[in-house]
Amino acid sequence: MDTRVTIAGVELKNPVMTASGTFGSGQEYGEFVDLNRLGAVVTKGVANVPWAGNPTPRIAETYGGMMNAIGLQNPGIDVFCKRDVPYLKQFDTKIIVNVCGHAPEEYLEVVERLSDEPIDMMEINISCPNVNAGFLAFGQDAGNVEKLTAQIKKVARQPVIMKLTPNVTDITEIAKAAEAGGADALSLINTLTGMKIDVERQSFAVANKTGGVSGPAIRPVAVRMVYQVANAVKVPVIGMGGIGTAADALEFILAGATAVAVGTANFYNPRATIEVAEGIEDYMRRHKVEKLTELVGIVKERGQ
Amino acid sequence: MSCKRKETAVIVSQECLLPGIFSMWLEAGEVAKEAVPGQFISMYANDRSKLLPRPISLCEIDKEKGFLRVVYRVTGKGTGTEQFSKMKAGDAMEIMGPLGNGFPLEAGKGKRALLIGGGIGVPPMLELAKQLDADKLLVMGYRDEQFLTKEFGQNGGLYLATEDGSAGTRGNVLDAIREHKLTADVIYACGPSPMLRAIKQYSEEKHIVCYVSMEERMACGVGACLACVCGSKEIDGHSNVHNKRVCKDGPVFLSTEVEI
Repeated sequence: MDTRVTIAGVELKNPVMTASGTFGSGQEYGEFVDLNRLGAVVTKGVANVPWAGNPTPRIAETYGGMMNAIGLQNPGIDVFCKRDVPYLKQFDTKIIVNVCGHAPEEYLEVVERLSDEPIDMMEINISCPNVNAGFLAFGQDAGNVEKLTAQIKKVARQPVIMKLTPNVTDITEIAKAAEAGGADALSLINTLTGMKIDVERQSFAVANKTGGVSGPAIRPVAVRMVYQVANAVKVPVIGMGGIGTAADALEFILAGATAVAVGTANFYNPRATIEVAEGIEDYMRRHKVEKLTELVGIVKERGQ
Repeated sequence: MSCKRKETAVIVSQECLLPGIFSMWLEAGEVAKEAVPGQFISMYANDRSKLLPRPISLCEIDKEKGFLRVVYRVTGKGTGTEQFSKMKAGDAMEIMGPLGNGFPLEAGKGKRALLIGGGIGVPPMLELAKQLDADKLLVMGYRDEQFLTKEFGQNGGLYLATEDGSAGTRGNVLDAIREHKLTADVIYACGPSPMLRAIKQYSEEKHIVCYVSMEERMACGVGACLACVCGSKEIDGHSNVHNKRVCKDGPVFLSTEVEI
């Protein structure tokens, strides 16, 4: 049985990754799971300088999901390279560094700084809805996405994954723009912008007023978008949004995702990543699938 | 590598102490073996629409039997804590822990220690009172009706404060401390933010070493998601900003290292 997948020339031992922001840089969950078993670890977003993030409360539970407005708190690229990259290098897994910024120059500074680091890929967060300094418009505007992707590709030494926001009218337009800018792969979806109100206190449930909704409740939206994007672009798609089980992950793969990421599920099941990976192997045995790649995008109409 | 994990605990008993306040004993051998006063566990609702664990502090730890006691407040209708309150002896519950750092016992050893609890911050002070080897003064504050007072009375000199004056000093825990002219070398405190803020100020004015147990809404409970941060006086070594993680770096902090 062959669970390997290849994204932009980087071979992953299996298609299971962690979703950025839910797994730190692996240190905390490394106490629960063997990181060697993962296809890749995608780190929490890192910027050129430390970011303090938003005021608390930063999260709220929603029905079958949660909403967060962490505000991309991160220690900055210097500490990240000194501490987190060496930690992850101890494991036999691929390292994908998620990059965030307020402006193109900030992204480019991080991307350049990463060029000499022993990392496998980078994922560019142009879609986090929590910071007000204009990113929202950034990831939502096809022209800006193409331009930023091209700028990053010019300086990046590692393959570049653009992470797309679902908070747009037509995600395939943004996907095509990223592809036109030279993206090596696309990951989707980031969180859906939401709002929750505490009726007893008559106030917003999180300090930031709005937050990104994630978890099983949003999965059908994510599967639909992955299906649309996979049919609109040629580059590989990494699917995420409410994956907690192997069956969830397989929905994305059948819809066209080459790899998948487990996010919010880590919070309620620290072993979710491993269980997804093992469950996919079980499925392959049951369905007599030799190579995982045979499953990518083969969903068919009912009755066919 | 794999050393921590979620554990299926079994409920040994459940008791309603006061309207909305419940006491539950859990059989959780592995967690109980490791647990220290001031730590907490993540408790998971069986209802899968409620994804996130509820962080609940440990009230008592019985290592011999492998039991843990939690005393918790039901936060409203349809909440996870309401579901916990309806569970019965023999029911299974997923938990994770022990989480967080706990109270430093060495800091109070052989000294005069003031243990201060307020509201639903009262329960974690009980196991501390049992384990701390010190001259202990216990000051517990309640809105009106009191709970756990019998157990506290067996573990040190107990002073009460109630907002309605129904027992002890009318007012808050600091009013009780002033009324009885209580002094100490070290303070341990857990309670709502306004109480902790006042105790932080009080201890710093009086130059008393003070440990506070903080509360914040949590998601992962293990330090990965950065939801439950509190402000720190200095740039934190891990976050590299003025933030500390309540679940991982805390919940117990020296009062002088955090902003409340």
